[in-house]
Parts: sequence; structure tokens; C-alpha cells
Amino acid sequence: MPQAQSTQTPMTQQAGTVVRVRLFAALRERAGWGERLIRLDAGTATPVALWRQLALEVSPNSHATDLPPSIRVAINQAFATADTPLRPGDEVAFLPPITGG
Amino acid sequence: MLPPDTSAVQLSPDEVVRFSRHLILPEIGMEGQKRLKAASVLCVGTGGLGSPLLLYLAAAGVGRLGIVDFDVVDHSNLQRQVIHGTSWVGKPKIESAKARIHEINPHCQVDLYETALTSDNALEIIAGYDIVCDGTDNFPTRYLVNDACVLLGKPNVYGSIFRFEGQATVFNFEGGPNYRDLFPEPPPPGMVPSCAEGGVVGVLPGIIGMIQATEAVKLITGIGTSLSGRLLLFDALKMSFRELKLRPNPERPVIDRLIDYQEFCGVGGSAPGQEEAGSVPTITVAELKTLIDGQMEDLLLVDVRNPQEAEIAVIPGAVLVPLDRIESGEAIEDVRRLANGKRLYVHCKLGGRSAKALIALGRHGIEGVNVQGGIDAWSQEVDPDVPRY
Repeated sequence: MPQAQSTQTPMTQQAGTVVRVRLFAALRERAGWGERLIRLDAGTATPVALWRQLALEVSPNSHATDLPPSIRVAINQAFATADTPLRPGDEVAFLPPITGG
Repeated sequence: MLPPDTSAVQLSPDEVVRFSRHLILPEIGMEGQKRLKAASVLCVGTGGLGSPLLLYLAAAGVGRLGIVDFDVVDHSNLQRQVIHGTSWVGKPKIESAKARIHEINPHCQVDLYETALTSDNALEIIAGYDIVCDGTDNFPTRYLVNDACVLLGKPNVYGSIFRFEGQATVFNFEGGPNYRDLFPEPPPPGMVPSCAEGGVVGVLPGIIGMIQATEAVKLITGIGTSLSGRLLLFDALKMSFRELKLRPNPERPVIDRLIDYQEFCGVGGSAPGQEEAGSVPTITVAELKTLIDGQMEDLLLVDVRNPQEAEIAVIPGAVLVPLDRIESGEAIEDVRRLANGKRLYVHCKLGGRSAKALIALGRHGIEGVNVQGGIDAWSQEVDPDVPRY
């Protein structure tokens, strides 16, 4: 069972922006984790940039570098656009659609 | 619209006894129970979500329930679709549901629609109800239900499930967001596995369906705070609930008519995998049986299902190489080596994944033949001792 892992990175201004990332459903299963602290690479701190950095598997063996339009982003428990600037300590959730019934 | 007009509604002595635990709740009381009796709810789908939804809405005293479904009860439904019983296997789900609803509450009027909800019939069917509950299992119908509810101004109580996770909210209620505010674009076909492909833990639709039923009762009686504007996420493995705030998107295109939702979602009228299956050479299970009985030595049968599926049922002699290992390229050389000097046949459960495997193998110069209908056809037509799942 995938366990939430965190790389207990101290949050300092010098260290770059650290955000908490949450994945759901098939994204979580394919990544093998549901929650992690991620230090953003230098550059623009947005969910789109974060997504590129994570290089997650979107469908079996297909890694999308651009955030697919069907995957929604939520920042601090509210849906947001994928180009919203991220601040240190933000929680960023990537939510794929599910349709079982 | 809501709450329904209760001026002409009376509860019979039998109903007063039946609903007494509601009647003594100050939040519901006689007026709330009359609203429930005056209300009508359409449930689209009577599967995992529709089952608990209908059971609880009937028990709660909703006066009229509509059910849309064209499916028949299958043994594999019974693990979660609790409105149906074993004696109903092979019979229409809507008939099964109606019988169970009347067993729970004979006062409930049940309208049946044995059809798929389509752009041609959705507005006519939904127009006759106060609330719609979305218990469907596919993206085209979800967008259709949403758009029809927006056009008609009906609240849409939404639920959706995946393996151990679920979502629920209320769409299109008092200016709140709708499904297109949550997911403006459908995912590419094949990105999101269905319950049949991905599996689902049986209690999950029970929990999500009952959250939908709770929201429907609250909307009808006008109590509490609805989930409108909040997407509730449930994780059964962690046993945790989370909430994400959702607002209407001001840039969302206006929904002014129903469209072709199969086209919108990029799926044909065919079952998953059927398109791929049409593009590779095929063999029937009966022909395969003849080949296997004749000479197995120069024949390689590859099973591309998951190991969990191979534990349930196998075609004797098949070699398991899961599709993801073929699509990732990891197992290509294994298959090439195994198939060297042999005729290659590939099967899965129904024929879709094996066709995908053959397309992937073909890119590496490995040719083979797809077993039409997969192990499911094998157990129906060749060997009934191989269990169906």
C-alpha cells in the first residue's frame, strides 16, 4: 500500500519554495505516494511548473510534461487555476476525474 | 421549485407510524415529511451509487422516484449494488430496484425508464423531477446529466467512485457551480479506469451513495448546509474526508443546448477497447481451442491481464505478461524470445487490452493474433469451468 512520505525539508527562504503536494485516485496509485513535501526548482512557482518538476505518470506509461486539462488543481483546499503563484507552505492537490458509479 | 408545494399533501395513519422518527425531529417534522412525500427524485443509474441512494430515498418517504437504467443484474454487481438480489440476476435492474423499493415503502411511486439517457430523451425525462441524482459510471452521461440539469434548472446531486476513493457534491443549486466548473474537459479515453477495469471496494459506493441520499433529503426538506460549492473527497483506506472549495468559473462557456456527448468525450458508441480490437487480426475462442487441441508446441498464447485476474481464472497454457509491461517496453524482448518460431496469440478479459498489446508489439515488429472476446468468451463458449468475473 502506498504510504504518504515526506522529505522533512526545513522551510527557509534560502532553500526555495517548499509546498505540500497531494495526489488523488489513479495519479496517487501510479506515483506510489499520496502526500509529499516538495521543494520547487528555481523558476516560476506555479502548479504548472510543479507538475513539470514532478513528471508524473498520467496514464499507463505516459508521462505528460504539460498538465493535462482534465486534471484539476486545488491550492489550500480550494480549486484554482494552474498558473496561480505558489507560496511557501501551500498545499497543492492534483485531482484527476473519476467516474465509477 | 424546492421545497415542493405541500398544500395538498396529507400523511395517512400508516405513514405517520412509518415516518415517526422523522416526524419527531424538529428539523424535519410534519412539514418536512410532507415535502418528502411531495418530492420527486430521478436517479440515473441503479448500480453501486444508485442502489443505496434509492433504498434510502424510498425509506425516507420520497413520494416519487424515477429510475433510468438499461442494464440487467449480473452476479458481479451483487458485491456492491445492494438493491439487487441473487434471484434477480439476468433480469432488468430497474424492475429489481422497483420490487425492492416497494418492499421498503409501498407508498412510493416508482417510474421506470429502461433506456440509456441520451441527448434525445434527457430533457423530457429530467423535466418531470425536482432533483436528479447522478449514479452513472461514464463521462459522456455525466456531462449529459449536468448539461440537462443546467438547462432545466434542476439540482444535480453528484457522486463518483474509484477503487477506495469517492467524491460527492451538489451541482447547479441556487447559483452554485456545476460539473463543468469542476471538470471543464473530459479526460482522454482510457485515462480513467472504470469499476469493471480497475475494481472497487464494495462498501465505497454505499458510503458515497448515502452521502448523495443525505444531500437529496436536505435539499427537499430545506435543512442544513448543502455540499454545493464544496467537493467532498473520501478515502476509505485512510478513512478520511477532505473538502475542496469550488466556485462557478466565470469563463465557462454557456451551456445552451445538449450536444453529442460520446463525441465530446472522444469515445465511440463502442465498449472500451473495441476500437483497438477492430484494428488487429482476430481469432475466435472456438478456433483457438481447435488450434490448442491440435498442436500447442508451435503456438504461444500470451495473457496480458493483471496477476490478480490470473488468480481468478486462466486459459490453460497461457503465459502471463501484463499489458503495462508490454506498453512500457519492459517485456517486449521477453515476448519476442517466447514467440520465436511460434505463432503468437494474445488474450485478456474481453479483447480490448490484448488488442492494445498487439499494437504495442507491432511497433517492435512482433506480429500476433487477438483472441476475440478474451477469457470471458472462452468461459462462455469453450470451458464453463473457467469462472467469469
